[in-house]
Amino acid sequence: MDILRIATAGSVDDGKSTLIGRLLYETKSITKDKIEALEAASKRKGLDFLDLSLLTDGLIAEREQGITIDVAHIYFSTPKRKYIIADTPGHFEYTRNMVTGASNTKVSMILIDARNGVLEQTYRHFFIASTLRIPKVIVCVNKMDLVGYSEERFNEIKASVEDLASKVSFEGQEITFIPMSSLYGQNLSTKSDEMSWYNGLPLLEELEQFHPETAVGASHSARFPVQFVVRPKTEEFHDYRGYAGKIASGEFTVGDTVTVLPTGQSTKIATIEKFGQKLETAGPKESVVITLETDVDVSRGNMLVKSDDQPAQLKEINAKVCWLDSQALTSGRNYILQHGINDSKAKVVSLNKKYDVVNHDVIADFSELKLNEIAEVTIKTAKPIFADKYEDNPSNGAFILVDEFSHSTVGVGFVL
Amino acid sequence: MSNVSIEKDVEVASEAQPKWGVFPRELEDEAIYIIREVAAQFERPALLFSGGKDSITLVRLAQKAFYPGKIPFPLVHIDTGHNFPETVEFRDWLANEVGADLIVRYVQDSINQGKVKEETGKYASRNALQTVTLLDTIEEFKFDACIGGARRDEEKARAKERIFSVRDDFGQWDAKRQRPELFDMLNGRISIGENVRVFPISNWTELDVWNYIKEEKMAIPSIYYSHKRQVIERDGMLWADSEYLNKDAEEIPFEATVRFRTVGDMTCTAAVSSEAVELDDIIGEILSAEISERGARIDDKRSEAAMEKRKQQGYF
Repeated sequence: MDILRIATAGSVDDGKSTLIGRLLYETKSITKDKIEALEAASKRKGLDFLDLSLLTDGLIAEREQGITIDVAHIYFSTPKRKYIIADTPGHFEYTRNMVTGASNTKVSMILIDARNGVLEQTYRHFFIASTLRIPKVIVCVNKMDLVGYSEERFNEIKASVEDLASKVSFEGQEITFIPMSSLYGQNLSTKSDEMSWYNGLPLLEELEQFHPETAVGASHSARFPVQFVVRPKTEEFHDYRGYAGKIASGEFTVGDTVTVLPTGQSTKIATIEKFGQKLETAGPKESVVITLETDVDVSRGNMLVKSDDQPAQLKEINAKVCWLDSQALTSGRNYILQHGINDSKAKVVSLNKKYDVVNHDVIADFSELKLNEIAEVTIKTAKPIFADKYEDNPSNGAFILVDEFSHSTVGVGFVL
Repeated sequence: MSNVSIEKDVEVASEAQPKWGVFPRELEDEAIYIIREVAAQFERPALLFSGGKDSITLVRLAQKAFYPGKIPFPLVHIDTGHNFPETVEFRDWLANEVGADLIVRYVQDSINQGKVKEETGKYASRNALQTVTLLDTIEEFKFDACIGGARRDEEKARAKERIFSVRDDFGQWDAKRQRPELFDMLNGRISIGENVRVFPISNWTELDVWNYIKEEKMAIPSIYYSHKRQVIERDGMLWADSEYLNKDAEEIPFEATVRFRTVGDMTCTAAVSSEAVELDDIIGEILSAEISERGARIDDKRSEAAMEKRKQQGYF
């Protein structure tokens, strides 16, 4: 059983809470007692239908209390797979949260209110989905019931989104448009009976038939960051030396010739193990222990790669950075750069160009990068970083910047 | 336009086919990765062990993460003194089985030292008192990271918890200070006095945990399975009779066939009537509880949710 991670973004007014509530409801992922509580709450509000937005009401309470609106994780499953939704509010200030929430996901769901059409934030969502190179974007044109389920209105919105997407979308990114009414369950899990003119799939089927492993962005370059050296030093495993880690991308097979970065020493894979079980091959996201044929020097933060396909060893990195902290990034400041599990002292040496994610402009002259802003910068590191270009291998092309004093995560970067 | 009435909706829900489900292995890989990061990034980590299914799952994951090495941090149990004897026995057996160090600290000691005051009355429980003993234990051993079994599906507020959750000197969680977590990069850098709570099974649901226990053929305390026990009925729920439970005169113990869905103190964990003797039966019960549970069973579930909440405030 696999897992599909989805990012949703949109404002409360787009009907996003109702849409998520409905997905949970129609996949029977909410318990009976929750449904009964919803019934009672809906009746109290004088509604003759279930107000499914109450399921994600946490967000509203949070807003009222004025605390940071953040990423919420919501779970549902079908007989086919498990889904994890990273839900972020779509307010214009929350680029930070959208980038954070979407960082692990393979599908981005963007909601548009059919009455309002494309808004400023629609472009922002596309910009972020493209920056993160999310292979699939589903544009949910919601509240179709309020525009009389009009095909003309749907096509109008579709045309303007396509126009806007063409400016930021990358080759291979799949963009799908679905007209729906989350309130009335139209085109959610079953095909709408109100929009016979729509030939595509309802939302849930669209999700079910998507396979991220064959989508754009799945790299074959084998990368294994070493997390932990396993040395039991027991009688039974006296000379055992295993390298524990999670495969970032690609596949490793017993007998593969691998190179250790940064030392450049080469050897062969002796075994790939999972709790004593010997595997022949292991692939992306698997946590394994690898042992090597010869005794080479390997420690935490090193990376095993196939010798015929090595990433660059970078000490000067050009990257697109999204700033996540209220204290702005300035040129010349030191940070800790963490790439996967490897880290190094780093200095931002130049601010190259800043993107205006609303007006689609590029700003060349700027002195700092503020919260929620995105720019291209050049960073020098004290130690080499073994990163691929983010567009070639997203699993090995991103890093975070950490403040040396507060220890907080203040930025995220995508290697160019 | 479709007319979506409450009645129609409820009817749709009850037509559901049970999802049996298979455990998504990616969750295990993710949890093992997180546990290894804890061992690598912190000097003095610990695994908070309650004897319940979630912390037993954590022990299993930690065992796998470092095999053939031993778990490189201790298991820490805050013993309220009101635990089920079966849980305590299981705890000792498991720690020995996996070869991990076990540290036990007692709420009774905190009471004796006058740091906390025993609750009184019919609903008296030591659950809330655990926090003080836990914080003292963290200080005693200078733990900088404590691994816990909390899951994001437990409730709405938890849905926003991080995997690495930074706490101040008082163990407090400040929503505003939470660090963004991007991709799978975990930032465990902290200042003196701070510590981190780590939740490797954040993305698991209750069903994932049970499917994992089944697929891994893990041992769990006997009280999770159906057994005969002396109970009393209170507020529509079955409570295990014990010397720690303050009973009214009319609360007469009787024998019932029950099991426990969660395992906490004897004073605050309600039993459910059940004939489940195998893991498949338990999983079947959870599945059917999700989609067709009514009446008394819903009360069970609500009380369970309330129990989990106490656990969060007290333990995590």
